Amino acid sequence: MVSKSPATTAADQPEAVVVKDLHKNFGPLEVLKGVSMTARVGDVVSIIGASGSGKSTFLRCINFLEMPTSGRIIVNGEEVRLKPGRNNDAVPVDMRQVERIRTRLGMVFQSFNLWAHMTVLENVIEAPVHVLKVPRKEAIERAEGLLQKVGLYEKRDQYPAFLSGGQQQRAAIARALCIEPRVMLFDEPTSALDPELVGEVLKVIRSLAEEGRTMLLVTHEMKFARDVSSHVIYLHKGMVEEEGAPAQVFGNPKSERCKQFVSGIH
Amino acid sequence: MNWTWFPEYAPQLLQGLWLTVQLLVLSMVFGMILAVPVGLVQVTGPKWLGAISKGYCTLMRGTPLLVQLWLLYFGLGSVFAAYPEIRQSSLWPILREGYFYAILAFTLNEAGYGGEIMRGAFLSVPKGELEAARAFGMSPWKVLVRVWLPRAVRNVLPTLAGETVLMLKATPLAATVTVMDVFGVILRVRQNTYLTYEPLITAAIIYMVLTFIVTRAFGHIERQVPIRR
Repeated sequence: MVSKSPATTAADQPEAVVVKDLHKNFGPLEVLKGVSMTARVGDVVSIIGASGSGKSTFLRCINFLEMPTSGRIIVNGEEVRLKPGRNNDAVPVDMRQVERIRTRLGMVFQSFNLWAHMTVLENVIEAPVHVLKVPRKEAIERAEGLLQKVGLYEKRDQYPAFLSGGQQQRAAIARALCIEPRVMLFDEPTSALDPELVGEVLKVIRSLAEEGRTMLLVTHEMKFARDVSSHVIYLHKGMVEEEGAPAQVFGNPKSERCKQFVSGIH
Repeated sequence: MNWTWFPEYAPQLLQGLWLTVQLLVLSMVFGMILAVPVGLVQVTGPKWLGAISKGYCTLMRGTPLLVQLWLLYFGLGSVFAAYPEIRQSSLWPILREGYFYAILAFTLNEAGYGGEIMRGAFLSVPKGELEAARAFGMSPWKVLVRVWLPRAVRNVLPTLAGETVLMLKATPLAATVTVMDVFGVILRVRQNTYLTYEPLITAAIIYMVLTFIVTRAFGHIERQVPIRR
């Protein structure tokens, strides 16, 4: 595998995702206490932190699977218009805008969440055909190429229940890629996998990073985050405790907590 | 055993069979179409609509189908008959037929039972799959028709098969409101021949064969999409 240096994104690239001062409360519990982030085109941003640090919630707020309590979210220069809603969370002014923005964000879930009543190929072409109105034939061509890429072309007519966890997650990655997203969102993509299946999924994600795809990655795989990221954010109790280039966050963190957290991996 | 009546009544039985199939298919189809929103609003809200649906299901499942049918046929039917406007309308040929009231009663009843089934079916779809549908930009309506509903229906196909069989065996009630379905013809045979066993055994065999066909058909549909979990 060609190992391109990951931390090469130029600062003059356009901003892909900008999050400003994001707050999220679950009832009285404050999960995010003002998190900001800028991911430029080509960036691979890893978000690390202990369980309960709010990293998944942060990612899920970006495509509004969780409604932020306050803050601004700008995807590809388009800011999602929010207004105050019930139970203190913000609500989008126009749900259509959110739906449109979601099609630019390819989400990969911890538990795959493939649609069980569709074959692998049907899963992959579902959003392109039925949301983006891509002609079916074109979508199938695109999907078959992507399934080839993730090594699942032979499994395209299988139902998800008949695939291993690693295969399901690779199919889910192909599904996310097939909408040709501007940004890929990975929510702990290997946490639900048996240890021997983690490698095949990380390999696919790594190849995407090397293509220069913009990605946000919530992960517990520290070594992997260090290798593929251009930028690392360490969240602690809903706040950015440390951030910077992987070499800094993993090699020479300023925060004592971050030092402890990453010390296990050397 | 005396089967001499059979050749004479065979054509009528065949017509009755056709009526029975119509009663079953139409009331299941209409009933389940109604059952989808009845079940759905109990899951999604709004609360008041969910409460009405719940009450409807309780009412339909808590009272005998025969009483529902008779209330519609003898009750609503006589109310309709009292209005000259209705009697003279072009709908009257339909509105005076027992067939219409049988399908109406079976449909409304099935909507109650089916609504309860669909409520559970909607709840049985993993949250993550619905979340994925939303994450890919689907509108709530699209999530429903592309993922939630098809997924829910697959989960309850075995239950729906049982429900259809029960409905099949409830259709003889239509004979009490002048519908000449299989059972209606069988009753006529009994009246005309004073025989007991032969016509009733014939009815039993016909319904058993129909049950077998329904079960096989659902089994075939279930095998189309394997969902393990």
